[in-house]
Amino acid sequence: MSKKDLGLLILILVVGAVVAIINPRFLLPINLANTSNLIGLFGILAIGQAFVIITGGIELSVGSVVALLGVLFVDFIATRGMAWPVALPLILVLGGIIGLAHGWLITRLKLQPFVVTLCGLLIYRGVARFYTADGTAGFAFGQNFPELEFLTAGRSYGVPNSFIALIVIAIVMWVVLHRSVFGRYLYAIGKNEEAAKYSGIRTGRVVMAAYVICGVLTALSAIYFAMYTRSISPASHGQFYELYAIAAAVLGGFSLRGGEGSLIGVILGTVLLQELQNLVNLLGIPSSLNFAVMGGVILIGVLVDQQWGVYRERRLMLEATRKGTAGAAAE
Amino acid sequence: MRRLGVRLGPAVRIDEPCEGRQSADVAKTAHRLLSGVMNYSDASIGVSTTAPFLSLEGVRKTYPGVVALDGFSMEVRPGEVIGLVGENGAGKSTLMKILGGVTTPDTGTITVDGVAHDRLTVEASIGSGIAFVHQELNLFENLDVAANIFFGREPLRAGPFRLVDRARLRALSAPLLKRVGANFSADTPVSTLSLAQQQMVEIAKALSIEARLVILDEPTSSLPLAETDKLLDVIKALKAEGISVIFISHRLHEVERVADRVVVLRDGMLAGTLPKNAINHDQMVKLMIGRMLKEREKAAESARPPGTVALSAKAVRTTAYPDRPVDLGVRHGEILGLAGLVGSGRTELARVLFGIDKSLGGALQLDGKDLVLGSAADAVANGIFLVPEDRKLTGILLDLSIAQNISLPNLPAHARRSLVSASAEAVTAEKQKRNLGIKAPSVATRTGTLSGGNQQKVVLAKWLAMNPRVMILDEPTRGIDIGAKAEIYGLMRALADAGVAVLMISSDMEEVIGVSDRIAVMHEGQISGILDKEQFSQENVLLLAVGKQPK
Repeated sequence: MSKKDLGLLILILVVGAVVAIINPRFLLPINLANTSNLIGLFGILAIGQAFVIITGGIELSVGSVVALLGVLFVDFIATRGMAWPVALPLILVLGGIIGLAHGWLITRLKLQPFVVTLCGLLIYRGVARFYTADGTAGFAFGQNFPELEFLTAGRSYGVPNSFIALIVIAIVMWVVLHRSVFGRYLYAIGKNEEAAKYSGIRTGRVVMAAYVICGVLTALSAIYFAMYTRSISPASHGQFYELYAIAAAVLGGFSLRGGEGSLIGVILGTVLLQELQNLVNLLGIPSSLNFAVMGGVILIGVLVDQQWGVYRERRLMLEATRKGTAGAAAE
Repeated sequence: MRRLGVRLGPAVRIDEPCEGRQSADVAKTAHRLLSGVMNYSDASIGVSTTAPFLSLEGVRKTYPGVVALDGFSMEVRPGEVIGLVGENGAGKSTLMKILGGVTTPDTGTITVDGVAHDRLTVEASIGSGIAFVHQELNLFENLDVAANIFFGREPLRAGPFRLVDRARLRALSAPLLKRVGANFSADTPVSTLSLAQQQMVEIAKALSIEARLVILDEPTSSLPLAETDKLLDVIKALKAEGISVIFISHRLHEVERVADRVVVLRDGMLAGTLPKNAINHDQMVKLMIGRMLKEREKAAESARPPGTVALSAKAVRTTAYPDRPVDLGVRHGEILGLAGLVGSGRTELARVLFGIDKSLGGALQLDGKDLVLGSAADAVANGIFLVPEDRKLTGILLDLSIAQNISLPNLPAHARRSLVSASAEAVTAEKQKRNLGIKAPSVATRTGTLSGGNQQKVVLAKWLAMNPRVMILDEPTRGIDIGAKAEIYGLMRALADAGVAVLMISSDMEEVIGVSDRIAVMHEGQISGILDKEQFSQENVLLLAVGKQPK
């Protein structure tokens, strides 16, 4: 765990302690379970986003994708009678296809990630609303999918299964990001795509793969969100979720320029965000201030991180100058 | 914008033509400059050889880990022409930055016109009449000519809003442009001007501050040979008017012709000063590079006769000159030098050979078999490696460690079940670090903290750790200190002796002649000739570089 991550963890614990002291209900099992469920849902989304951000890209369409794929999933199993073990992989594949399309436009046709995914944000939202004719997709009374509901909205030993899913996915993705060849390529591309290309890496494919991973994880979280809310009004479902994911990554130490950030960081970022949401509720802060609190905290976090970086750089410079000479003179 | 110029030896630089019209423009500029200068410099006539206009005392400037300038002293008297020479990295640019007020020296005094300063500000530098004409033009391409000439000194309209008086700006610029013989108006956007026209803008800018010391930084490197004479005449005329000139050039024979005194920089220190009667080419080279020549000679001896053609380009067309097919073959066991003017299409050819750019036509062959490269990854898979020109942008990842850089092109071989093995990486990197003598605390050191020479060794190491069949090196020793240069030459020779086909692109004439087994010369996108060892001479390379026949 890097120093950055450790700092974030300490911040989470301190904020938690303060909230718990002011309002002991923070530590009630029901509150913790609810919060960790939300952490699970948003965490899966944020991990996907992190894979894109590490390449120096951005994925703005995830909120709309959550709405579109959520609508489709509910429609498939509730009204079209598709068996959920069929519908679930189908939705994941659809998410992958969306990611692939984005990646293809970005790497092959050289469009900017921001532009491509901004268009995606608008398109998928529109399609979702059109698909249900702006109606709400939901389950009929008495419709039950016990296994699916257990996996998505259920609990094991009091722990929400969505949270467990996040842990499993996080471990797998940690290995992928921090230990695999692919993960190294992602970092290399994020740091300097040209140099990576000159080292013989097929950078286009790697970047595309990052968008596919993001798409699949977004699809998975779309299913979780759908099963959590159980009814989806496509005009508002998942709105701003891309910003939650990006904020979690930024809080977790990711640089939007790419090449920086850790998986633990993005998880901790998600935890902190949800903790803040919870704090707003528990401390009786008007919920209309919700976004303002989050924005303020992210700003402060990024500012502290930035200033710390400047300070460290200056110290390094001083040291290097003191050590002095050797090597060629700079022209 | 294309810069034209080929490095002649470590310090001699010879350049050749762009277009005739541009050349004429520049010549005109030179003469106008001359007459323009005469208009206002009368005051300084007759003061020469008295007190120095500018003197530097014990100037030292360090950057993290590097001493760029150390205990440097010099003085410039009114009407004196100082030739300032030194290799890349010797500290010339740092000195210029200090004189321009862009950077602050750590210690030392700068005395201008009898007033001592610890540092100059940009304003103080301009205010005391120090003008620069840079090799790489410092113009804002998005602004128009007048805005460039008076940048930071714009005439303002009355009133609290500090609005630029555009009409006056243009009115002030027009006479200056007329004096430099410009055939464009003051409101022309700089982005539409040719290189020669941009140089006129620079000179007009120097005129606008009523310069007393004009610093010309490689002014001739982008000028065609024929026009250089005229510029040198201008320098002499400036001198006659009592204006001092610092003339920085790699073309030593020009320095020889025009300088009253030569100041030689080496590794940030004053290597020596040559008075007028002692200025000659050999003396300057000796002061600049010292032991260099011998090392190069050693690298030149090939241990084995060249083998079959490894990589060949047949009628390949590149983006540099899409209408001109290139044919070139590099053989196993040889170092093929690729010389030519900057902008002659050498780098573009290298990019095609490495699969970064798609060939616009023609075919590649590797060991007699057709080769199609869709990407650099394909080239790497075929054992064709490139050490690119821009080390920091494309050669290495500055934020990764030495080990991570070295393993990057061959990462799957350093992984088990596609999980990277840090220990395997370290083993490979340690071996390369030892073999190449990379100076670093450990292989986990960030490459960004290394010196240029050691960074270049890391670039080489990542390819040497694999099995090169063809190694392309684009300006492999640019900006590298002398010791590391010799080592890199040794490595290239060792590669060739091991049967690797080595293609070395270089603008350093002495390097090309000293290291290569054969020299191919490019001229405007095509190979104008290939020289064998017995035909090697700077003259022959130059003749081919400008599209003429060698002797």
